[in-house]
Amino acid sequence: MKIVLCVKQVPDTSDIKWTENNTIQREGLESIINPYDVYAFESALRLKNKYKNVNISALTMGPKQAEGMLRKLIAIGVDDAVLLSDKKFAGADTFATAKTIAAAIKSKLSDFDLIVCGQFAIDGDTAQTGPSIANFLDIPQVTYVKEVVGYEDGYLTVIRELDSGFEKVRVKLPALICVLQGEFEPVRARINGIIHSQQVEIPVYGIDDIGLSVEDAGLKGSPTYVNKAYRAPQKETECVFVESCEELAECIKKCGGICE
Amino acid sequence: MSKGILVYSEITSDDYLHTVVFELANKAVELSKKMEDAPVMALVLTKPDLINEYKEAFQKSGFDKVFYVVDERFGTYRTDLFAKAAVQAVKQIDPEIMLVGATCQGRDLAPRISTALGTGLTADCTGLDILENGKFAATRPTFGGQLMATILCKKYPQMASVRPKVFKPSEVDVTRDTVFIKMSVDLDDYVPQIEVLEFTKKLVCDLNDLDSAKIIVAGGKGMKNAEGFALLKKLADKLGGCVGASRVAVEMGLAPQAVQIGQTGKTVSPKLYIACGISGALQHTIGMNSAEKIIAINTDKNAPIFDICDYGIVGDAFEIIPKLLEL
Repeated sequence: MKIVLCVKQVPDTSDIKWTENNTIQREGLESIINPYDVYAFESALRLKNKYKNVNISALTMGPKQAEGMLRKLIAIGVDDAVLLSDKKFAGADTFATAKTIAAAIKSKLSDFDLIVCGQFAIDGDTAQTGPSIANFLDIPQVTYVKEVVGYEDGYLTVIRELDSGFEKVRVKLPALICVLQGEFEPVRARINGIIHSQQVEIPVYGIDDIGLSVEDAGLKGSPTYVNKAYRAPQKETECVFVESCEELAECIKKCGGICE
Repeated sequence: MSKGILVYSEITSDDYLHTVVFELANKAVELSKKMEDAPVMALVLTKPDLINEYKEAFQKSGFDKVFYVVDERFGTYRTDLFAKAAVQAVKQIDPEIMLVGATCQGRDLAPRISTALGTGLTADCTGLDILENGKFAATRPTFGGQLMATILCKKYPQMASVRPKVFKPSEVDVTRDTVFIKMSVDLDDYVPQIEVLEFTKKLVCDLNDLDSAKIIVAGGKGMKNAEGFALLKKLADKLGGCVGASRVAVEMGLAPQAVQIGQTGKTVSPKLYIACGISGALQHTIGMNSAEKIIAINTDKNAPIFDICDYGIVGDAFEIIPKLLEL
């Protein structure tokens, strides 16, 4: 089975600093692998550990520095990787991003059986790119995947966690899944993996390599655009501090919580 | 393109119209006033025997037109089936704006529709407006809730998704003379690629029904372990509320994903929100800052949660909650 693992480098949103003009200070903003993509990786790795002949190719779109993230993934179990990097990809919304990634998969990794994505990326948090890639490739998708149960005769069985319950679903491959956080033991790099990660060549593809035109990608290929961006307004409330639990219970009562 | 705002009307697994439909309808009625009273329309995919059940609810919530597609197979949501039907229906209706609830189903379906139609979709909006030039402006938090972005779309329909509980349903009677239009779509060549093998409903008695909870007791990193969350549960039970969690607490395995509150979780607006051991990162607070009253318990008096709460106590929730339980 050939798995394409889609990953994204994101700014560490827990550590954002603001300039005097209320714009995000991008310099020195640390990039991390999107936390949900780690779960996607672990789901792919479980399949690799469970079945024979599973190959995982990681794919990302981003600046040249994203190569470091790909090498780290190779050190912990990914087999090979592809980097999509081109100034013409910049400013892409989810539509253009998905179109670019789908074009790359079609032209470079077309013999895939399964595409694995994280359910969200913590920077944009749209949860749209995965389903959008699936649509461009005309394959089914399964979102909110909590657990991959198994793979048999060209079908993958997964469990989805939805608002109202859990759904066990069987999907015909090729397909795309979006993975939620699950219970995984963190994977440590093994010495062979580290050596492999340093030796393997990671091809970098630009817009011409994947057969897209300038109108298809980046800002130009994006149906949406940011009209304005501003710092989120802070709710200003004067907190009344209390000292004792009795006072706190009184506050809870005042706020409509009745201790019975 | 025809004028009008189309609301995708999700049917829940219990065969009810999802509450987010009424919230979106109310917003759509408001927006249509800035669009020369463009029609407010609904699209619903349903089993044939159920459409009559929904008619009154549609009329009461201010829809001018309801487009419905019926098929026996619409009883269970499946991405491929619904996308195939919805894309054809939206093409025929050709609205200027389309709104979708950002539920599990909406988030799964909406990007399939927008991508198939070659248009843009702005996710999880917290503000929708019509600009003076007539463009639809969708505002959403990004960068962990720290940055607000107003996004416009060059293509049609201009699509946006909105989470449940972000907008309110109408409080007044907005009954309209709704026209119901049956649509037909071609599903003859549909070959199912996804099969639902089983569905296990989350147990209602145990379920933290956060959406409708009046009181939420939520825990973060500071609640440390299972005992910490057991304390929250006891307090919630005593107050008749539900337990919620921050992303960090969910990542630590202290609570299920389903009760995560914040940007990558749920948006809630209870009467009272008690935040225990939650520092108050924006990523979390954008999911709960519309609560009527907020009380925080935290050991760090400089925690940002105290900037948005009404009452606070500096101290260890592991000591404070047991005392509250005894009172």
